[in-house]
Amino acid sequence: MVKSARNNQLAPGISRLSRSKVFSKRAVYKISKVSKPKSTEAKETKETKRAPVTKSDLIAALTAKSNGLHPANIAAKPKAGRKALRAPKLRKSIAPGTVLILLAGRFRGKRVVFLKQLKSGLLLVTGPFKINGVPLRRVNQAYVIATSTKVDISSIKVDDKFNDEYFKSEKEAKPKGTEEEFFGKNAQKKEHPAHKIADQKVVDKDIVAAVTKVPYLASYLASTFSLSKGQAPHTLKF
Amino acid sequence: MQGSFKRLVEVGRVVLLTHGGDAGKIATIVDIVDHNRAVIDGPTTNVQRQVISFKNVVLTDIVVKNLPRTIGSKALAKFLEKEQVVEAWQKTAWAKKLEARKRRAAMSDFDRFKLMRLKKQQRAIVDRQVALLKKERA
Repeated sequence: MVKSARNNQLAPGISRLSRSKVFSKRAVYKISKVSKPKSTEAKETKETKRAPVTKSDLIAALTAKSNGLHPANIAAKPKAGRKALRAPKLRKSIAPGTVLILLAGRFRGKRVVFLKQLKSGLLLVTGPFKINGVPLRRVNQAYVIATSTKVDISSIKVDDKFNDEYFKSEKEAKPKGTEEEFFGKNAQKKEHPAHKIADQKVVDKDIVAAVTKVPYLASYLASTFSLSKGQAPHTLKF
Repeated sequence: MQGSFKRLVEVGRVVLLTHGGDAGKIATIVDIVDHNRAVIDGPTTNVQRQVISFKNVVLTDIVVKNLPRTIGSKALAKFLEKEQVVEAWQKTAWAKKLEARKRRAAMSDFDRFKLMRLKKQQRAIVDRQVALLKKERA
């Protein structure tokens, strides 16, 4: 009988049989079963003290010739990334005070005021909350339309404490998932932290003042953006 | 000359360019090449003297009367200024519509919003007056 290779390649790099198929065909597990009692002996020897490593051992290890056998399973090593994490560049059309239209998320369609870009590259925006209900929030600039309208906030300083850390949610105890927890009398509604409510008021105060100076701007911010019949966003000027 | 066509290809006919870089400008037919093309010139509207296909042009109602065939650019400019062709074109509803379309396209998001608000106000005033008049008539 002519012996043929068990696993030949269909195309360079693509083998005919999968790794598990090869494993069952090779039936190495049958062999290991037989040699099991040996392993107990090996354990005993392991418990004995290791001989100290000598120089000759090192030389032997370095000069040892490979016996031509290779491990059956070579675990793929993840490739080390060489890219450094850099915040994306702010779009040219976006500057502090620019009115943005949010396109995704809970506040999609809302028009908000841009304050600054955070280290992570996300944009810090505010509704202002009093005008349209959008709180201080981080948004990705990819999900935003920049309009040519600007609120004059040149004199307003945004506190440095509004960074990515500020928006991280606090970890809570993991709920057990019982019905009682969700629907019972003790089901608690998470309240917005008081210090954040206070921060919102401080930030919005000057911005609302700047907005109300321009006629129609407040109601513009309060309204939501939507496309009507025959409008295509790529043909519109914002 | 009479017939079912009201606008004819003739020397002195003012045309609106619809294609190419000069789209939206007007020019005057100076000579006719064949049944597909004419020589046009627009010294007052920055249109170079050129042969153009009628496919790329729309005839307007305006005609420069008694324009000599193959008139030169400078002489044509004098004719156009005397007849006030550009002003006559700008007065037409057609030109006004084109202008409005252009303006509307150049509006920003905020401008569109303000327009919507002002139109709302206008509507409220007009509707109220109409309702009052209807009441009087009834």
